Amino acid sequence: MPTYQLKINGKTTTIDVAEDTPVLWVLRDHLNMVGTKFGCGIGQCGACTIHVDGIAMRSCSLTLGQLEGKAITTIEGLSEDGTHPVQEAWKEVDVPQCGYCQAGQIMTASAFLEQNPNPTSEEIKNAMHGNICRCASYNRIYRAVEKAASNMS
Amino acid sequence: MSNSTIQFSRRAFMRTSSLAGGGMLIGFNFFQACKPKAAPPVDLAQLNYNDFNAFIKIADNGAVTIFSPNPEIGQGVKTSMPMIIAEELEVAWKNVHVEQGALDTKNYTRQVAGGSQSIRHGWDALRQTGATAKQMLVNAAAVKWGVDPSECSVKEGVITNAAGETLGYGDVVKDAAQMEVPEDVVLKEPKSYTIIGQDVRNVDIDKITTGKPLFGLDYKEEGMLYASVARPPAFGQRLVSFDATEAKAMPGVVDVITIGDRARAHLNGENRNWSAILSDSDKVVVVATSTWQAMKAKNALKLVWEGEGLESTEEHDKILLGLLDGNDFNTLRSDGNVDKAFANADTILERTYESPFLPHNCMEPMNFFANVTDEKIHLVGPVQTPASAANTVADMLGRDVEDIHLEMTRMGGGFGRRLYGDFVFEAAEISNAIKKPVKMVSSREDDMGTGVYRPAIKYRIKAAIKDGKLTAYHLKEAAINSNMYGLIPNFFPAGAIENYQVDAANYKSNVTTGAWRAPYTNFLAFAEQSFFDELAEAMDVDRVQLRLDLLKKVDATADEAIQYDPDRMIKVINTAVEKSGWGAQPKGVYQGFVNYYCHNTHVAEVANVEIENGKPVVKKVVCVVDCGIVVNPLGALNQIEGGVVDGVGHAMYGNFEFDAGAPKARNFDRYRLVRMKEAPMVEVHLIQNELSPTGLGEPTLPPAGGAVANALKAATGKRIYQQPFLKNPELLKVPEEPIIG
Repeated sequence: MPTYQLKINGKTTTIDVAEDTPVLWVLRDHLNMVGTKFGCGIGQCGACTIHVDGIAMRSCSLTLGQLEGKAITTIEGLSEDGTHPVQEAWKEVDVPQCGYCQAGQIMTASAFLEQNPNPTSEEIKNAMHGNICRCASYNRIYRAVEKAASNMS
Repeated sequence: MSNSTIQFSRRAFMRTSSLAGGGMLIGFNFFQACKPKAAPPVDLAQLNYNDFNAFIKIADNGAVTIFSPNPEIGQGVKTSMPMIIAEELEVAWKNVHVEQGALDTKNYTRQVAGGSQSIRHGWDALRQTGATAKQMLVNAAAVKWGVDPSECSVKEGVITNAAGETLGYGDVVKDAAQMEVPEDVVLKEPKSYTIIGQDVRNVDIDKITTGKPLFGLDYKEEGMLYASVARPPAFGQRLVSFDATEAKAMPGVVDVITIGDRARAHLNGENRNWSAILSDSDKVVVVATSTWQAMKAKNALKLVWEGEGLESTEEHDKILLGLLDGNDFNTLRSDGNVDKAFANADTILERTYESPFLPHNCMEPMNFFANVTDEKIHLVGPVQTPASAANTVADMLGRDVEDIHLEMTRMGGGFGRRLYGDFVFEAAEISNAIKKPVKMVSSREDDMGTGVYRPAIKYRIKAAIKDGKLTAYHLKEAAINSNMYGLIPNFFPAGAIENYQVDAANYKSNVTTGAWRAPYTNFLAFAEQSFFDELAEAMDVDRVQLRLDLLKKVDATADEAIQYDPDRMIKVINTAVEKSGWGAQPKGVYQGFVNYYCHNTHVAEVANVEIENGKPVVKKVVCVVDCGIVVNPLGALNQIEGGVVDGVGHAMYGNFEFDAGAPKARNFDRYRLVRMKEAPMVEVHLIQNELSPTGLGEPTLPPAGGAVANALKAATGKRIYQQPFLKNPELLKVPEEPIIG
């Protein structure tokens, strides 16, 4: 099996797994980083969203070979102490119900706001449209993204 | 009856103990307390926290831990149930630490998340538990000071006497643990609440927002293996043979086994509705060292399945319509004589409403950890019914239930799916076979394709109008596998119409079905509330006034079976009229009105539809709720907002069809769930009163579909009789000449 050097949350890690293993399962099963969630396995729900060089991507549909030399950020590394403005906004609004999809929502929102710090209402809805929340906490997700944007600017 | 004067005779179920490491534990077994003949559960010397559903631990330093008894599926009880205890205990919420309690299979009968009942059932006992603990701490301080306890007051865990001396809970906790349990304690008046009624954040919010392990899928143990299960791809099929040569040669694969014998032996033909997947066929299990390797190798299995009489949605539709046309019904409620009223009617209105199966689609797919050894059985994961799951595992494996320790994780959604413990049984059967710790993990395809679905149902409603009055109402249900539960025939409009009848028929299918968020009412509310709108049109009366006039006729005291309170219903209706600007909207805003009662809570909703780019769009839903005292408004609003959007989403898009016994969709590429851009803004108004609280996990979902259907009728001129609404796109077309809203 080939080995891969990955830079995850600022640390370089050597990984030795089958080459077709999706990054989602490398994180969860091999590196014990379970904040990134499994929802559908086909890039449709957004629960497994991570940042690759700052861009929100679906880790269930990425393999290790695609990520060598790139900087990966997971929910565990979004901030050192859970105080990223998006995390703060999520707490302030009290977004979660079951909470399972929220790491993916936060990763999508944080990458989006990095690129578009002053979004319109329409832009927020478009950006978050790919992440399913089965509890349908969409009203609060929207409010939290809006709040994070205003806290960041 | 005022909330503070409820009499308790449950002292036998309250226990206290000093802890080995110092401090005090107090517990109250409130679910068992509901069973009058239940014996006191434990020997005091053997006391541990598992012996009670609700309990508090107070350490020597005064730190308070409240163990939350019920499974947390996103409904918020891990936050709100401890809030109720903390209120009566008189401690500051910021000093309270909350932990999830584990299961005790010996003593409990309702450590369950289901039916929106946790808060309603827990309200009295949780308050009593907190108040009793407080009184014992006060009594201990009073003894120390040599004063009467009535001279002492408490604020935020500090007891003060008449002379102004103070003692903290930690100072007296050792003595308090030795005190007699007081028989009568005074509960607080709602107006003096300092925690109940305040906005309190989800107790797990920090862990959720930083990705800490919380859910079943996150649970790990040293040496744990992963199992992926191949189940019949079509309902009604059984395993004939399989070839695992290729799968076994794949990296990481530890073993390939079959399971099914034990589940079949246990079920023995019972519980067939939801357990057909378990009882009929063997299943092939790949055990591997990682999730991915297990799932991948499962896909490499060569499996031969066969079965006869595989069902399709087309067939189901014909069968259910045939049942509605026939005479093979059970009558669930009958008032007066509907046949006579129909014979004498001036006008008869009859409509048929149709709904599909629905999968639950919890975001966290079904999974469970099991470690079956000769000494004990350790089970960990997300399940709404831990007690029955543990009992079933014990029976299946021929073990004593006392060998089982079951821990509940936070759940990535429930919606009824995790009431059925098939995933627990599978994990246990696999671990029992391989004698290793293992986690069964379903893929999304497994989860959606081998579910326990909301059954397809059709309703036919017929009403008689005579001299401008509604004289008869006849509701018929044709459903897959089972019919509406016994309370529903006594919901509105039962009691409001002289001649009233509810009939039910069912067809036994081999598709597994079960409870889905607000069972039956999740579709019935749409049917009935659409029908009321048409009835108002036929009678030429205002649609809201029709509902109010019916409610004014209800004398709930004359019929104890009637479930709803007409006065509370009238109040939510009038509030919704006021808050939604009903009848006074600007041009281009089309409104739909509903009122509904289920799960002990009264709700009215108004949906606003506007036309955007030539299409009707649900922009906003005003939701008025009377659930009595609101324990945690921040959490309550989340449940209400989510319930409404979930209801709108499934009414609009939710569709699940079968062909030759196999689901046509197995993942989110073929199954549409509501997403951000389709979610209406939900505006919530809570009725303020001091009545005991009722549940919120379900009751706002059922009316949402009806509110949208009625608003769409206003916008398009077309009536919708089928869910999902998108099934007939032409019904959603906006006429060229706009309707005046």
